[in-house]
Amino acid sequence: MFVSFMRELKPSCLMFLWLSLITGVAYPLAVTALGGTLFPHQAAGSLVSRDGLVTGSALIGQPFAPGRYFAGRPSATSPFPCNAAASGGSNLAPTNPALAEAVKTRAVELDALASGRPVPMDLATASASGLDPHISAEAARWQAPAVAKARGLAEKDVAALIASQTEGRLLGVWGEERVNVARLNLALDALAGAK
Amino acid sequence: MTINAVMQLVLFLVLLLLLSWPLGLYAARVYQGRPCGLDKVLGPLERLLYRLSGVDPDREMNWKTYALAMTGLNALGFLAVYALERLQGGLPLNPLGLPGVDPFVALNAAISFATNTNWQAYAGETTMSILTQMLGLAVQNFLSAATGMAVAVAVIRGIARRETTSLGNFWQDMTRSVLYILLPLSLVLSLALIWQGVPQTFTARVEAAWIDPAAVSAPAPDSQAAPPATQSIILGPVASQVAIKQLGTNGGGYYNANSAHPFENPTPLTNLLEVLAILLIPAAFCHTFGAMVGDRRQGLALLAAMTILFAIFAGLTMAAEAVPNPALASIGVQNAPSLEGKEVRFGPTGSALWAAVTTAASNGSVNAMHDSFSPLGGLWPMLLMQLGEVVYGGVGSGLYGMVVFAVVTVFVAGLMVGRTPEYCGKKIEPFETKMAALIILIPPFACLAGTALACVIGPADAVSNPGPHGFSQMLYAFSSMGNNNGSAFAGLTATSPFWTLAGGLAMFVSRYWLILPVLALAGSLARKKRLAQGPGTLPTHGPIFVGLLMAVVLVVGTLTFVPSLALGPVAEQLALFQ
Repeated sequence: MFVSFMRELKPSCLMFLWLSLITGVAYPLAVTALGGTLFPHQAAGSLVSRDGLVTGSALIGQPFAPGRYFAGRPSATSPFPCNAAASGGSNLAPTNPALAEAVKTRAVELDALASGRPVPMDLATASASGLDPHISAEAARWQAPAVAKARGLAEKDVAALIASQTEGRLLGVWGEERVNVARLNLALDALAGAK
Repeated sequence: MTINAVMQLVLFLVLLLLLSWPLGLYAARVYQGRPCGLDKVLGPLERLLYRLSGVDPDREMNWKTYALAMTGLNALGFLAVYALERLQGGLPLNPLGLPGVDPFVALNAAISFATNTNWQAYAGETTMSILTQMLGLAVQNFLSAATGMAVAVAVIRGIARRETTSLGNFWQDMTRSVLYILLPLSLVLSLALIWQGVPQTFTARVEAAWIDPAAVSAPAPDSQAAPPATQSIILGPVASQVAIKQLGTNGGGYYNANSAHPFENPTPLTNLLEVLAILLIPAAFCHTFGAMVGDRRQGLALLAAMTILFAIFAGLTMAAEAVPNPALASIGVQNAPSLEGKEVRFGPTGSALWAAVTTAASNGSVNAMHDSFSPLGGLWPMLLMQLGEVVYGGVGSGLYGMVVFAVVTVFVAGLMVGRTPEYCGKKIEPFETKMAALIILIPPFACLAGTALACVIGPADAVSNPGPHGFSQMLYAFSSMGNNNGSAFAGLTATSPFWTLAGGLAMFVSRYWLILPVLALAGSLARKKRLAQGPGTLPTHGPIFVGLLMAVVLVVGTLTFVPSLALGPVAEQLALFQ
């Protein structure tokens, strides 16, 4: 047993070394080179900018003051919401009283945007990553009257803006209809600035 | 279930079955050393590797030598990851200046990645340097997956060959798994992921302004702190790692939120590609099995049993997540399925489908937080793990696990009709039955003993949710680690010495204490003659066998776990819907 162990030791070490170099160095370097050449914008994190200043990534949710902007998903990241350096969800169980409490608090806060109409589920529950960049198209339409009023825009212009930013399901089957909040709000700024 | 949910599931299965078929036949050619196309390009590299390492690829190994080589390589992988984690503070490629990892967490993570579990007691972006992720964790993603594939191939040879002690050459099977199967698929998948928005860069962090600074100055609700003046966006070589973590059924995320993080899984297309990648190789290996034992129908029977079981569990999970949470009724939100711990782009259906896929395979990556699933939506994934990770299962390990269940099935069938059981022409005798029983009993033992220990001597503050759900968190954790899955009810704090050590032990036992009897079983089968099928032989490719096999898997799993499931998710379901 010992002899055969020693016989396997040398190939073990060398195979481990070479396979590590192939899969741990050559492979990620090759993917980085190819990805950076073919899709430089995405490979660098899909960064968005306004007036030459980087204002985050189109794929990373950030906080917006409801009313003036379209609000995004609540975020349970620690120690502050939408912390792109520490992703995560609340992990509250469906039976945890803290969940119902948090949802109720958010519903009360958002009620001012559309008094009386029930708050869409995605605006009252924390996302899985805490960085969800999307809201449902329904949640965007639900906020539209309040946003139009705060910005002095016609409701139909805001509705058209939402429609132009709405992404559908993949082949009509997979995923859900959604709006990217950062892109929507940047487009909203552009629309309001143009007036 | 809505029509859309049925479409998502059915079309996903159609794509999976269409893709896995050619891949499985291709893999059979790879392991048999027949021309496969890529050998023209990669053949010289393969031979160079053997020469540089002093490996003679034609030297046949018996099961003990095969196991020794496997153990040696895995031990080295474990040591390398542990060393990288502990020393990363002084090593290059650590732009965030992260310190060495806590010894208990480092030990747990090293076992976790060597055993193809990828249980994560740590948060990736705040714990592991780029070097550790690339040269430690990502390498293990390849090597632990290839280990499982090599062991599965040895088992297949044990059944296919006759009157021999040799099961092939471990180094050759390893190298071919990496070069011909895992690397090309990972390369293609990672490029598709980058196209869709997954970062791939050696820039570790971007400091960016907020679009709406006014929202940041206001104190946030939920008793969180106010955000700082700029946001830190963590980047890195993410795509290359996500691709292999799915294809190798590893599941360890670059980020804490795993595949729920928009940088790991930004669109419905990446979500579809990733769930396909998780089940692709495990499903394909059924065809590899059929092709290598010379009877394609044997592989199809295993695949049919896996697919039917999967469809049932996926449907149940999707149906459970489509039910609104009654605790959120009449408090001002719309009456809709809960989105707590879910991402809008996937919705309840896409999240539930992923949960079934990731627990059916021993993958363990998540695109939603299972802790916030409805009680039944958490129960079905938990049971899928507890069945022993054979409903597709991990790469390689799913196939050898299901072959073991097939051995048990012919044994049970043999008892019923009073004949010596046979599987694929090999007589199943007491030794094989003993090994199979051992393999089937070890994971439930690790799982239930671990949960019991956690209840009695585990730290009281590990659990984050009150009531039966707290028990579910512990049961889920040990079901996951005791079956090398890696997903979690992530509210559980698993960084304490108890959880890191007990969990590490569960992962270790349920990987290597399974592989050794599996290889012994293969060695014993290889020595046997191949019997011709007689009139008394139970055919192991027909619908009767598929039904029996599914029944054995379900009965063994549910009988073992129903009492503990009743204390956790079932009790919670009853409390919620009283």
